Amino acid sequence: MILSEVATHGLDLFFLVPWVVFFPVIGLLINMIFGGRMSEKAIGTLASTASGLTFVIATLLALSLRTHPEGATVFLAKWIQIGTLNLQWAFRVDTLSVTMMMVVGGVGTLIHIYAIGYMHEDVRNKNDIGRYRRFFVFFNLFIAAMMILVSSDNYLMLFVGWEGVGLCSYLLIGFWYDKDLLGRDSIENAVAGKKAFIANRIGDFGFLIASFLMFWTFKSVEFGKVFEMAGQIASENPGMILAITLFMLLGVTGKSAQIPLFVWLPDAMAGPTPVSALIHAATMVTAGVYLVARSAPLYMQAPMAQTAVTLVGAITALFAATIAVGQYDIKKVLAYSTISQLGFMVAAVGMGAFVAGMFHLVMHAFFKALLFLSAGSVILGIERGHHHLPHAEHDEDDEEEIFDPGDMRNMGGLRKRMPITFWVYLIGAIALAGIPPFAGFFSKDEILAEATGLNKTAYILLVIAAFFTAFYIARQIWMVFFGKARHEATAHAEESPPVITVPLIILAFLAMVGGLLNFPGVHTFTKWLEHTYNVFHVHIHAGEFNPTVAITSTVLALIAVYLAWLLYGRNPLKKEEPDPLRKILGPVFVGMNHKWWVDELYWAIILNPYIALSRFFAETVDWTFWHDWFHEKVIAGSYQWLSHVLLSQIIDLGFIDAIANGLGSITKKSASVLRKIQTGYVRNYALSIFLGVVLIIGYLIIK
Amino acid sequence: MNYLLHPLILVTFFPLLGSLALLFIKPEKKNTIRWVALITSLLTFIFSLLMLAQFNANNPNIQMEIDNPWINVAGWNINFHIGVDGLSILLILLTTLLTPISILSTWTAIDKRVKDFMIFFLLLETGMIGVFIALDLFLFYVFWEFTLVPMYLLIGIWGGPRRIYAAIKFFLYTMAGSILMLLAILWLGIRQGTFSVPELIASGANIPVYIQIWLFLAFAAAFAIKVPMWPLHSWLPDAHVQAPTAGSVILAGVMLKMGTYGFLRFNIPMFPNAAIKLAPWMALFAVIGILYGAAVSYAQKDVKKLVAYSSVSHLGFVMLGLFALNPQGIQGGILQMVNHGLSTGALFLLVGMIYERRHTRDMDAFGGLWKAMPVYGALTLIVTLSSMGLPGLNGFVGEFTILLGSFGSKAIGSPWFAGFAAIGVILAAVYLLFMFQKLFLGPLDKEENKILKDLNAREIITMVPLLILIFWIGLYPKPFFALMAPAVDKLVAALQTAATIAMH
Repeated sequence: MILSEVATHGLDLFFLVPWVVFFPVIGLLINMIFGGRMSEKAIGTLASTASGLTFVIATLLALSLRTHPEGATVFLAKWIQIGTLNLQWAFRVDTLSVTMMMVVGGVGTLIHIYAIGYMHEDVRNKNDIGRYRRFFVFFNLFIAAMMILVSSDNYLMLFVGWEGVGLCSYLLIGFWYDKDLLGRDSIENAVAGKKAFIANRIGDFGFLIASFLMFWTFKSVEFGKVFEMAGQIASENPGMILAITLFMLLGVTGKSAQIPLFVWLPDAMAGPTPVSALIHAATMVTAGVYLVARSAPLYMQAPMAQTAVTLVGAITALFAATIAVGQYDIKKVLAYSTISQLGFMVAAVGMGAFVAGMFHLVMHAFFKALLFLSAGSVILGIERGHHHLPHAEHDEDDEEEIFDPGDMRNMGGLRKRMPITFWVYLIGAIALAGIPPFAGFFSKDEILAEATGLNKTAYILLVIAAFFTAFYIARQIWMVFFGKARHEATAHAEESPPVITVPLIILAFLAMVGGLLNFPGVHTFTKWLEHTYNVFHVHIHAGEFNPTVAITSTVLALIAVYLAWLLYGRNPLKKEEPDPLRKILGPVFVGMNHKWWVDELYWAIILNPYIALSRFFAETVDWTFWHDWFHEKVIAGSYQWLSHVLLSQIIDLGFIDAIANGLGSITKKSASVLRKIQTGYVRNYALSIFLGVVLIIGYLIIK
Repeated sequence: MNYLLHPLILVTFFPLLGSLALLFIKPEKKNTIRWVALITSLLTFIFSLLMLAQFNANNPNIQMEIDNPWINVAGWNINFHIGVDGLSILLILLTTLLTPISILSTWTAIDKRVKDFMIFFLLLETGMIGVFIALDLFLFYVFWEFTLVPMYLLIGIWGGPRRIYAAIKFFLYTMAGSILMLLAILWLGIRQGTFSVPELIASGANIPVYIQIWLFLAFAAAFAIKVPMWPLHSWLPDAHVQAPTAGSVILAGVMLKMGTYGFLRFNIPMFPNAAIKLAPWMALFAVIGILYGAAVSYAQKDVKKLVAYSSVSHLGFVMLGLFALNPQGIQGGILQMVNHGLSTGALFLLVGMIYERRHTRDMDAFGGLWKAMPVYGALTLIVTLSSMGLPGLNGFVGEFTILLGSFGSKAIGSPWFAGFAAIGVILAAVYLLFMFQKLFLGPLDKEENKILKDLNAREIITMVPLLILIFWIGLYPKPFFALMAPAVDKLVAALQTAATIAMH
């Protein structure tokens, strides 16, 4: 029966979509309520299953879309309804949202599984078993929030997920809130979390303003209604569309770590490595890209906003790539690489190459998750080596002996100690560097090919960024895996267990063959996304394969790799030896290493002034001036003087006292307390006010 | 009709009955007194639910009305006139909910003169509910002033070291504003010949606009101090820091709303043209309050003072919403009154819990508490997020609708106010995350903190109802909006009529 129905009508399981949110919520609730009595394995398995089920749902939705490519809107409940404002909990199933769901569910599940092993070791190192559960509760919460973000049918529900993932990011960056990156007692991690949240809130401010403008212009924030009217509004009031899209861009720069709000992402590496991989590489940070891709009908009506988005993305791509060159921390390199790659995607969706941007988003989710997780494997391996050192046990409390397992200057030669990790890392690196035929090549090349036609400036910036990309990742490979170990711990490093390496191998496979998804000439992915864009008459063209572009970028990448080999491969870095690039570039390298002092700049022009201002308001304006001087001296002081002169001298005090004393037992009781501290002033105040009122009323009545 | 069993009479005067009963219990029987007070307030809550059950949400008018002559001397017609409508019902429920929670929170915190404390507390409840149901200006004024006395004593007797100073300041400051309102009430009573609020609303638009403005300002003097609107907030940090926990909960949770409610119930409908005319100014002061309160909060060292100043910021949102004078703004404003009562009430409860353990509120004395008190940490996190308006929790629904409403408000006339107010959303994250970090994050490095016990069952029970509502309103606020929508629509329609009449 059912099968025949499927055969005639095709699969229609769109109604299942709310479960991509419900499953992780159920998972986290079970872990929250019963997790205390469960084993680590059970907690991790449960959370991973919850996440895995979202992937199953996403797959079923994708299958349904094959026969019903137009998708569906699934209504769940009404949310806020006031006058013309009508917000709903409603899900949108189309090829764009399902693509995101599959990435979140798929990569998310792999990282969940990886985290079972990773957090076990991490927790053991830091002696806090109770937090194992908390980690997976937060992790499931993240999946739920991210699913709300990508499956929403309107901008406000999207915003719920948008801020929700920001919260999870905050909680997970500061997961070891009482430690710093090296496991010492410190508030550093917590501060990094706060920085992320606040930078995101600044972006969210832009999002909010955009949604207000949108509501009062379109009288709706639903995708369907807004996009349908976009053309009409654009002809009536083009400035409005521009304003909406630019405010939205502010939100994008916050969430997707673009200039000027990118500063939080490098610090976000304070979170455990699975967090960096899932939230700060594969999924959450791509939300901004998704937002622009989703809002294509709006951006297409505002060419100036498109240019702005493109340039923000392209400049960020190059800027962050230069910083990545000058980093020593294995995860910091990847963090700046992520910012840079997000720049590629933002530039792509900005210039209207929505498919290329989304394609790179998916490929990047594969290879960057892979790189981060492999980096985590490297760090764990070195930490294992560190534990085996004979002296490590005794000197644990010695500040001098603090050892940074993430510092590439301590690494070297890991190729032999950790072969699986090495190979998967290498695959991820090649994919990132954009060398054919791995995933990154196809997606990045599609962006570059589109850029030649759409925005020449962006093309040049991105090509240079691509050159730097190949250079910094090659530098990293050589520093980490080749040469000789520069620290005893590295020399004793051990390969990670299967629970960690298996997800790595799966991701490595995806990073190798992912490019097939939108292979030039076939364009599976373009045709897939076309269904979504056709609904709103946004024309997307299949990114034409451009041999000149492909050859140029490949040659540049190979040159960059060769240069990196010259500097780091031919003569591997020795212990305590400065970076060879430092000798060549001098102050430029220092600038790269110090992230071009952007953090310092923000402290100087925004944070410190705000702190000073708030202190000035709190201490001087509100307290010294307003509270103490104005209220105490001016008002109370002059009143006391008046009441003293007028009431005690002119009017008979005994008369007033007589009334006051007879006011009843409650007053008497409290008066015994009051009398000790005050000398009856309150009675004077109250009664004199009372007398004043009587006089005025009397005057009014007689008049 | 039997007035004694009338739902409003029961809700309003049952606490008074309870406080009378307490008079006959020996002061030494502290636990009996506590239980009697708690049960009284719980029964009052149940009565308020019965009132809710009788309330017809589709009816925009006053319901369960009682209007009896009360004082009729020399041509003055003062009536005992009470009733409930969509503007007040949620605030009544908020009061009846927060009172038992507050009483439960004092179980171990108040050990001195328990009997007096509970008597005053229940008297306070009667006064507060009276404020929300009174429909005769004179009766309203009686309830309004009546609430001052118990709160004055709660602060003055059970407060912190500078309690007397704070209590007197609270009393005088609020009284000073009330005087002007009293004058305006008398003016209305004499000139219009009635103290009945519905009648005054019906004739309000006929008063010349310049007189409306004077009357508006006189009422506003009382209400703005109570809210408190910037720059009339100077009594608030003193009162909050010195008040006992339960006092702070009620003060922030309910009494500040008496001010915003006053604007909503009297200023806007009785003087509609003045309200429209002054809306940009009210919005301006509201926005200054939002930003100023947020900035000042951030620089505090005392956590209770931080929460106190945050009220200045949050209530600024409420005022901004009310004076948007459109459905989104006003409904958001009313909901945000409830939200602030829940979130800030909960924050004061949480601060009280740690104060009871450590006898300090200096944030430098803490750090890393999450490790020692995981349940306490998790609950505080949720409440903090609710207070900073995280979507999915109650604060967002209120703030968003307020900002949306005021952004497009014709009365306010410019989106800049809402634009600046939205910066307050960023600043709220700054001071609240700072607070959370100071208390809960970082290493647990102080010996006194390592031995702290996590919350006990009673403390968790006080938080549970608040948490449920925080999620409920955040995810499904529909029933709450449904209660107020018809009344707000009626108010907005009346404002529009007044505006068109004034133009002709």
